[in-house]
Amino acid sequence: MKKIDIAVVDYGMGNLRSVSKALEHVAPNKNVVVTSNPADIANAERVVFPGQGAMPDCMRELDSRGLREAVLHASENKPFLGICIGMQMLFEHSEEGDAAGLGLLKGNVKRFSAASMKDSSGAKLKVPHMGWNQVYQAKSHALWQDIADGERFYYVHSYYVQPEDESLTSGFSEYPNRFTSAIAINNLFAVQFHPEKSANAGLQMLSNFVRWNP
Amino acid sequence: MGLAKRIIPCLDVTDGRVVKGINFLALRDAGDPVEIAKRYDDQGADELTFLDITASSDNRGLILHIIEQVASQVFIPLTVGGGVREVEDVRRLLNAGADKVSINTTAVLNPQMVADAASRFGSQCIVVAIDAKKVDNQPFQWEVFTHGGRKATGLDAVKWAEYMAKLGAGELLVTSMDRDGTKIGFNNPLNRAISDAVDIPIIASGGVGNLQHLVDGVQQGGADAVLAASIFHYGEYTVKQAKEYMAQHGIEVRL
Repeated sequence: MKKIDIAVVDYGMGNLRSVSKALEHVAPNKNVVVTSNPADIANAERVVFPGQGAMPDCMRELDSRGLREAVLHASENKPFLGICIGMQMLFEHSEEGDAAGLGLLKGNVKRFSAASMKDSSGAKLKVPHMGWNQVYQAKSHALWQDIADGERFYYVHSYYVQPEDESLTSGFSEYPNRFTSAIAINNLFAVQFHPEKSANAGLQMLSNFVRWNP
Repeated sequence: MGLAKRIIPCLDVTDGRVVKGINFLALRDAGDPVEIAKRYDDQGADELTFLDITASSDNRGLILHIIEQVASQVFIPLTVGGGVREVEDVRRLLNAGADKVSINTTAVLNPQMVADAASRFGSQCIVVAIDAKKVDNQPFQWEVFTHGGRKATGLDAVKWAEYMAKLGAGELLVTSMDRDGTKIGFNNPLNRAISDAVDIPIIASGGVGNLQHLVDGVQQGGADAVLAASIFHYGEYTVKQAKEYMAQHGIEVRL
């Protein structure tokens, strides 16, 4: 069996092509595999856990493919990158559909409350939070290498994580209040924005991930 | 500082080729969609929209090849619209590498399709395109039109926008049919009415002739993003110039 450098976890929710294409772009010599096979995840050197869609559906699909254990194991044992819902699913619970997450990290996933959100000029802020927002680095990390503090990344989401342990926060954005947009612990890094859609800054982050040896 | 307002160049595609590309590329053969997309990406485009204007249904699948090529080399969000009729069309476009799919006429003919697509793929990838025109013969100001502005629907554009948001649209692309191609600016009262009525982002489209129109679209029309075709295609302005102009006028953009 050919060695898998990077496994992109496929649990049947939406488009993983952009994630795998971006990884192939930054690591042309690596074997990137989009897979729903737990054995591939177990064998891979690093794992990317993407996601889009609704959290209850994501959890259901993950379980129906028998991927829960493989994902949890990878998240504690090898370089692991969660993206968007893939970050949210690591937590205990989401307000979206009142769904239980994987519970690897303590904390909840909350919804932006559109009705009460205004920017500094008093204009209404929309939900989903969609577009390019600034990401501030709470602490230095290998995945922030060569990325400016305050660089813009592309977001599209209506929910955000609230880790119980604030020290997990590696990056944050404001909409209009500060929310955690990146977390880091040991071999795990996870982001709410989409590095695969964030032009050069995002490619830099993926490139950092591919070379990361926690 | 916070979320930036987006600038979205729109590219027309027919029979698998981009027919409105960047300025110096001849219309007859606008050439490599990847090159065009890359150029806009280099200029700082925040997203790209591809509008499939293919007349023959036989050739409609060709857009998939374009999206596949672009998505493997350009890493910003891609929206595809035109001829999206069923949930299966949405799936094929997403699988080809589109991040969002824009639904127009079908949303009017079969609103349930918007709800079905949103529940299956998530609201984040469902854009509903609303073509609206000012009318005098209705109890409301702006009416939804379909089939490229030829068919009146009897629907109030503002109420329609609210309904589409409720069904699960993640974003609205609002085109003023009476401004499209005029270069006299967006229909800001229309955009403002819709933007105030819904919580989801709106993209203003139709009528851009200069950079002040982009500023007005955001400041007067309440648009979260502005879409333009000809001012970029024919080289009047680059995306970067547009962003610099917006920034000078106090609008937060990604530079």
